[in-house]
Amino acid sequence: MNQNSWQIYRIAFQTIVTKEILRFMRIWVQTLLPPAITTTLYFIIFGKLIGDRIGEMDGYRYIDFIVPGLILMSVIQNSYANVVSSFFGTKLQHYIEELLIAPVPHWVVLGGYVVGGVARGTMVGVLVTMISLFFTDLAINSYGLTLLVFVLTSVLFALAGFINAVYAKTFDDISIVPTFVLTPLTYLGGVFYSIELLPEFWQWLSLANPVLYMVNTFRFGILGISDIDVVVALVIIVGFIAILTLYSLRLLSRGVGIKE
Amino acid sequence: MTALIIENLHKTYRNGFEALKGIDLKVEQGDFFALLGPNGAGKSTAISIIASLINKTTGRVEIYGHDLDRERDLAKRLIGLVPQEFNFNMWEPVEEILVNQAGYYGIPRKLAFQRAGEALKRLGLWEKRHTQARWLSGGMKRRLMIARALVHRPRLLILDEPTAGVDIEIRRSMWDFMREINRQGTTIILTTHYLEEAESLCRNIAIIDHGRIVEQTSMTRLLSQLHTEVFLLNMAAPINRAPDLHDYRTTLVDSDTLEVEVDREQSMNQLFRLLSAQGIEIVSMRNKQNRLEQMFVDLVDGSKEKHA
Repeated sequence: MNQNSWQIYRIAFQTIVTKEILRFMRIWVQTLLPPAITTTLYFIIFGKLIGDRIGEMDGYRYIDFIVPGLILMSVIQNSYANVVSSFFGTKLQHYIEELLIAPVPHWVVLGGYVVGGVARGTMVGVLVTMISLFFTDLAINSYGLTLLVFVLTSVLFALAGFINAVYAKTFDDISIVPTFVLTPLTYLGGVFYSIELLPEFWQWLSLANPVLYMVNTFRFGILGISDIDVVVALVIIVGFIAILTLYSLRLLSRGVGIKE
Repeated sequence: MTALIIENLHKTYRNGFEALKGIDLKVEQGDFFALLGPNGAGKSTAISIIASLINKTTGRVEIYGHDLDRERDLAKRLIGLVPQEFNFNMWEPVEEILVNQAGYYGIPRKLAFQRAGEALKRLGLWEKRHTQARWLSGGMKRRLMIARALVHRPRLLILDEPTAGVDIEIRRSMWDFMREINRQGTTIILTTHYLEEAESLCRNIAIIDHGRIVEQTSMTRLLSQLHTEVFLLNMAAPINRAPDLHDYRTTLVDSDTLEVEVDREQSMNQLFRLLSAQGIEIVSMRNKQNRLEQMFVDLVDGSKEKHA
């Protein structure tokens, strides 16, 4: 691969990322506004109205406890939603062919879409964080760890969204996973509670939920508290990213869902 | 130099359908080449393999000396495709579609805007550059796909039924445009159902049927194989029965129209002399069927019989 190829790949990558960002910015009413409204409602209802009656959780006010989880939940949902809907759209309207015919390697295609998903996840995450400042003082324990988990989680769910889009054949297929898998995993991933509140069996079962590791590591980054070992959590997140990346590239090289 | 070489190309789909049964094809640089065949013959499969839209089963494709498997990027940079179906993002503005496509070929954004502008002006879409693609008319959408295929300046342009559903005026202007880019050095492969289009534009031709090439030759040579041509003559005055014109077979279509079958060895001057001798004045004449169409039907029918 010569220098010229790298330059082509860099421009192609930038093009995909720019296209993805322009896409979700163009429809900001559908992509950026709803998570802002939903999380504001979470902050008001669970954080203030109900939260004040719940008292403390792990030594923090309830609203302070749920803020990290709610930020990460919006990152998860939006990183996933961006890639699944955008890549499924390229398949549905056949403009995936614009990429297939061009000299763009699979890893550039994947990277472009994932970064597009991370861009939306980041934008929504920042928006939700800014809203949270109206309800709580966000004193961050470790900026480095918070940022790392934020980005890694976004990458992981952007990859998951990509795989969902590759397999999806109908609009139902892109809503089934978020509704029946992603939402339950997120809600049961310790966003609203510490797993120490659960009976031992359910605590043990919760450890099989990957979202728990992300939420707790992110919470550790902000509040300095976690139900699980942060290093183990980081290894698990990176491990999942590696597996999903390899799997996505394999799907692309075999042409599953796009060259059939 | 040879623009495209296809060797022993096979494609069997997952459902077991064998779309290509080992085709060989050679298209020379600068050619305007017609790839014709009935629906389901394998044209689009072949084109999709050349354009990397589907994976081949076996065989070899080479573009301007670059093997599509071993030198994929180099080969891909040389191809432009105008597919049969609209395949752009309907919600994206026209200019953005072109700029993005240029970006996929590594053209920096500033230059991409410049190239997009040039292509849009050439194809009469400049005024629509900020319009979402879904608001374009059918003809404009076709022209948008041509502009997109040209934005990275390919040396081999594949046009898969580019004028389908386009009115005659636009079709003619698209023909002029295709001739112009071919004159400027772009090799063109055209598939079309309008055989007059292929006859008028293309110098060489391949006919594909049942996944096999049944004929590959020059347009002139192919048409010279026609043994007879059928003409429809419009007469100045009505007649009530077909005249006897010796060796020319005649049929009266209606009282004003006479159908005459002319063999390759027979002279048109002789035909008109015989008609004049019988006091029949001809005001206009036309081919009953496009010549290539006649040849095409003969070849495909022949291929069908072979496979029956």
